[in-house]
Amino acid sequence: MLDFFMGHYAYWFTMILLSVGLYGMLLKKNLVKKTIGLTIFQGGVILFFVSVAMKEGATVPVKADGLPVSEVANYMNALPHTLMLTAIVVGVATLGVAYALLIMIYNRYGTLNEEELIDKIQ
Amino acid sequence: MIGSEIPALIPVTYILFAVLIPLIGLWKREIVWQLSLLGTGIATFLSAWGFLHLIQTGETIRYYFGGWTPPVGIEFVYDGLAAFIVLVINTIAFLVLIYSKEISKVEFPGKKMPYYTITMLMMLGFNGMVLTGDLFNLYVFLEISSLSSYALIAIGEKRAPYASFRYLIIGTVGGSLYLLGVGFLYTVTGTLNIIDMHAMLPQVIGHSSVIAALVLMVVGVGVKAALFPLHGWLPDSYTFASSSSSALIAPIGTKVAAYILLRIVLFLFGIELIDAHLPVTTIIGIFAGIGILYGSIMAIAQSELKKMLAYSSVSQIGYIIMGISLANPFGFIGAVLHILNHALMKALLFLVSGSLRLKEGHSLITKFDNSYRRKYPWTMAAFTTAAISMVGLPPLAGFFSKWYLALGTIENSNWMLLAVILISSLLNAVYFFRILEKVYLNDPESESSDETNAVERDEVGFSMMFPMAVMAIGLLVVGIFNAYIVNVIFTMFPVGF
Repeated sequence: MLDFFMGHYAYWFTMILLSVGLYGMLLKKNLVKKTIGLTIFQGGVILFFVSVAMKEGATVPVKADGLPVSEVANYMNALPHTLMLTAIVVGVATLGVAYALLIMIYNRYGTLNEEELIDKIQ
Repeated sequence: MIGSEIPALIPVTYILFAVLIPLIGLWKREIVWQLSLLGTGIATFLSAWGFLHLIQTGETIRYYFGGWTPPVGIEFVYDGLAAFIVLVINTIAFLVLIYSKEISKVEFPGKKMPYYTITMLMMLGFNGMVLTGDLFNLYVFLEISSLSSYALIAIGEKRAPYASFRYLIIGTVGGSLYLLGVGFLYTVTGTLNIIDMHAMLPQVIGHSSVIAALVLMVVGVGVKAALFPLHGWLPDSYTFASSSSSALIAPIGTKVAAYILLRIVLFLFGIELIDAHLPVTTIIGIFAGIGILYGSIMAIAQSELKKMLAYSSVSQIGYIIMGISLANPFGFIGAVLHILNHALMKALLFLVSGSLRLKEGHSLITKFDNSYRRKYPWTMAAFTTAAISMVGLPPLAGFFSKWYLALGTIENSNWMLLAVILISSLLNAVYFFRILEKVYLNDPESESSDETNAVERDEVGFSMMFPMAVMAIGLLVVGIFNAYIVNVIFTMFPVGF
């Protein structure tokens, strides 16, 4: 049982991050806190990709003299990391759009609390 | 030969105009509409050319970016299905953009330049999603189109930014779940290319990662497609967005997401593998069925035309996803044909609601009366065409997609879904005919009164009437020539893919 937890601790960590993010988005009343939850959620996905590319004792994927390319265990898989560069950029863009929307909401209603907002809308 | 470059040229056209419009818009603000029309027109022309080329030769074009052959490089797969969907979405966008000229002056004056720039970016995203043959590339295009549609929805009424923010939160969770699913698949197959992964999946299909990945991807794309329990963002977003934005996003956005679901279910996993360890098609079929009935009933309860159309979208998306879940040739034909039909119908209905909002200042169904048929004879005629097609009366297009869906349910002996199709057609009739009744049927007394006759014709201008007329005639043409279209769609079914 302990092996099951210890052997997969990176995945447990990812799942905890995803849950924290979902909790923030679902239960927090403040829209900024919802946005923070969203960022944590995306962070969980990004860390998952980064952690699956991790290898014990491997180095960066740049060809070195002492390390033959044929032994793939010497090199880390660079692809998930490069994918996550793009995903981070997407996350930043999402955050930018979210904050722009929050500014519009605040200018129109004067509040970012969801309950007050729904009261004012109706 | 330019034919083989078409898959790359369509998104490149959009990205070129997304840069050109702000640059030229700074110098000459009044020509941004013409520029956006030019960009969409070129893309529509290219996709029509590519589609005809593909039908004649029957060869799938696989465009390798930078000359890197897959699975190392990224490729665009331009097969019959992708060519068809690209043609549909570009044509609809072209027609809606013609319409947006007049309404943009009223709904968002002074914001035309950003509006058309974002429209180009959104179309770039949608075209890329349809064309790409790489799962991570698909995620990037998904986010490009989603971010642009959040911005487009926020240009609207006072409540639009809050509706858009809710969509952003739900939509980004959907995108992230899809990405997590792609990550799970990548860890077991080591590839991101759809064709390559399809070849590898039989060896790893029993792996728990694959099952988790399938669930995550279906849920993630289901959020974007507004599959029933995940549709919460849709009604408010479509209602409070400006008329031209909702006419652009409603017919295109959810259809493209449904197309991605089709790709995942029938092309990536394939009919043999999709139900290997989890009855995925049965589950999405049940949710699609519930969604069809729920959307129709909620549409009946609405008193605002745009909100009614939004709930009707939830129901219509259910038809497409039901067709996918049947996983047989009839269901596939029904789903793909319904993507075309529903894109035409929903765009036309949203354009009509936009025209009514422009002329009357509202689109409350309770305030509709019989003076409309004198004031807006052609607009109401277009509305009637779309409404009858939604209900599914031959020879209009809507009948034929429902017909093939019904044949698909019979082939699978799935009587529950057959009943859902029949009941929902009745419910469609209820919510459209109550409007037609208000507009066309009334007691003869008021007909003869001077007051009604005094109503002057007050039809919308040519640039708004033209797209509506084209779509209404399109519905009739698609209905009459459906046998030809179905033959073309049938060749796209992934047999032995």
